[in-house]
Amino acid sequence: MALGTTTMTNDTILKVEHLSMKFGGLMAINDLSLEARRGEITALIGPNGAGKTTVFNCITGFYKPTMGMLTLQRRDGKEFLLERLRDFEIPKLAGVARTFQNIRLFSGLTVLENLLVAQHNALMKASGYTLLGLLGFPTYRRAVDASIEKAKYWLDKADLTDRADDPAGDLPYGAQRRLEIARAMCTNPELLCLDEPAAGLNPRESAALNTLLHQIRDEGVSILLIEHDMSVVMQISDHVVVLEYGQKISDGSPDHVKNDPRVIAAYLGVEDDEVEEVIAIELEGGNH
Amino acid sequence: MTASTETGHPNVLAKAVREGLFAGVISFFMFLLFVGIETYQDINNALVWRTRWGLLAIFVAVAAVGRFLTVGFIKPHLDQRKLAKAKSGVLEISESKSFFHRHFLKIALIFLVLYPFLSLMIVGKQGSLKYVDNFGIQILIYVMLAWGLNIVVGLAGLLDLGYVAFYAVGAYSYALLSSYFGFSFWLLLPMSGILAALWGVILGFPVLRLRGDYLAIVTLAFGEIIRLVLINWTDVTKGTFGISGIAKASFFGIWSFDTGTANNFVRAWGLSASSVYYKVFLFYIILALCMLTAYVTIQLRRMPIGRAWEALREDEIACRSLGINTVTTKLTAFATGAMFGGFAGAFFATRQGFVSPESFVFLESAVILAIVVLGGMGSLTGIAIAAMVMVGGTEVLREMSFLKVVFGPDFTPELYRMLLFGLAMIIVMLFKPRGFVGSREPTAFLKERRAVSGSFTKEGHG
Repeated sequence: MALGTTTMTNDTILKVEHLSMKFGGLMAINDLSLEARRGEITALIGPNGAGKTTVFNCITGFYKPTMGMLTLQRRDGKEFLLERLRDFEIPKLAGVARTFQNIRLFSGLTVLENLLVAQHNALMKASGYTLLGLLGFPTYRRAVDASIEKAKYWLDKADLTDRADDPAGDLPYGAQRRLEIARAMCTNPELLCLDEPAAGLNPRESAALNTLLHQIRDEGVSILLIEHDMSVVMQISDHVVVLEYGQKISDGSPDHVKNDPRVIAAYLGVEDDEVEEVIAIELEGGNH
Repeated sequence: MTASTETGHPNVLAKAVREGLFAGVISFFMFLLFVGIETYQDINNALVWRTRWGLLAIFVAVAAVGRFLTVGFIKPHLDQRKLAKAKSGVLEISESKSFFHRHFLKIALIFLVLYPFLSLMIVGKQGSLKYVDNFGIQILIYVMLAWGLNIVVGLAGLLDLGYVAFYAVGAYSYALLSSYFGFSFWLLLPMSGILAALWGVILGFPVLRLRGDYLAIVTLAFGEIIRLVLINWTDVTKGTFGISGIAKASFFGIWSFDTGTANNFVRAWGLSASSVYYKVFLFYIILALCMLTAYVTIQLRRMPIGRAWEALREDEIACRSLGINTVTTKLTAFATGAMFGGFAGAFFATRQGFVSPESFVFLESAVILAIVVLGGMGSLTGIAIAAMVMVGGTEVLREMSFLKVVFGPDFTPELYRMLLFGLAMIIVMLFKPRGFVGSREPTAFLKERRAVSGSFTKEGHG
């Protein structure tokens, strides 16, 4: 891999280079480099405490990385250095949307209102920063209609149309997860970052989630997801990156990762010298 | 919940007697030192004490009998009524509302518009002064202040304990600019609002990185700073003496309410001299200002900025993840709320004709905040009702001279204002923890508009 160079082919949407994040004396991420390709589902996996959510928080601007460069390339060729943007500018300018491990909905607003809040920046502009909107300009009226149409579209995709007028806090857990994804999609992102979207879902809800994610990918939106559930990862992702102790230990297709001895060791918890052994055996086997 | 709920059942009565006795014993020990013993100075200025067993007995008896009646009769009765209702299948939330309930807002508005005339008709000119000024205008000023603060606290979820600062900025803007430059009320009213909004932004910038308790403390300090500046900047504000002789508002420059001027309202209309006309005029100004506040709040809630305020109250981090600039969003909430505080301040100055730092103490901020919380954060109707109860209640207390007969001639009921305030708040918060109107009206809907229950909305963390 040609890491360290700034050239980006058009099929790379996100490039993380030499990312490090320190919390006091703790090195949460240590010199991590990875790439996410456009139109693919990239999964970030690893044992608990491997630094997956920290990577997410760096990408979405909630943390400022200690070191490293995060380059995002939009479809029109514009490049953004995410570590230099403020947190709210990342969704606004760079087109990166995210969901949270512990769902963060506006629980007192209705489902529809949640989706309208997500279109804040577009509506703000259309309402002439509130002034034209207060005067009832037709451009604003049209923008409102368009925003409701878009909300309806995602309500339909997320199978929430029947509950559009209910408070978001009243939805069952699985529906809340889908609503959070629909809300993120209403910001018109090019890269959608999902933090453990399948956590706590029953098998049926999990299957519905897979369908939703595939639909989102088919619309040309790239997805970066953190997941613990290996079956979900193997089923839906095109590309898997494995982290352990803040470092990348494997990177490739799901099949490649599944058979990587370092990954197996990390997940099954083998002693360090045994890992060396396993790798040595593997290499030997390859030589034969 | 079977036979034992029936009134008069021996089990219930025995329980009532037991709990009544228990309450009596507890209250005996609670009030023993507070009520049972009184200290006073005798003729030699020595502090001596005497016992008041009779009064203590009354306290204990009230507690014991009250508890006995509650447990023995009132509660079984209420339970039975609830049971009967559940059996008959009539739900408490029934779809068919009464005429009054459905048209409450229209009826209230018509009543307010007719209020000065009704009062003139019923109690005459001299009597109306009290009803229009002390009740009408006073309550409406607090309604407006509370609606303004509602934007900051109720919608955006930013706990502001120094709201009275913006009220002061508005009042002093009008007082100073009108007495130094002689500008008219109608020019200075918007200017006071804009100046207050400006101070809202100036305060907002440094404090908006703070959240929750910290924000509350800093806004509290800001309110005090403004007051202390007003006290100590004697060259301009005349300190604690205050500014007096502030110009009255004119009828849009056509008629004046100053006696002795050529275009005096009373003379122009050939009326007999009375200050009640000016009060009625002021009543309509503050009513119009209140309506403006309500209209702008209702409109803004449907705008993207208003939705962003409410989203901010629900979850600030989620807001940022959706690309909402939380700093400017909070600033606009602060500035809009401050602007209405400024309008109310300018009105206050012209109504009183006198401003001094005395009027802008922390207690005012606390009362306004209490009105917002009691009314139900975010609900305009609830807040208006709360303002009526809290401010109107205070005024009513002044009228209760019959209480002197009960408690003796030394009793001044308005001194017990804060005690009753506190009691009222505790009672309301016990039975309606989300305020009078706890539910929230959604700003957009696909099929039907359903109010969102208060249990889902959050209070915000600054």
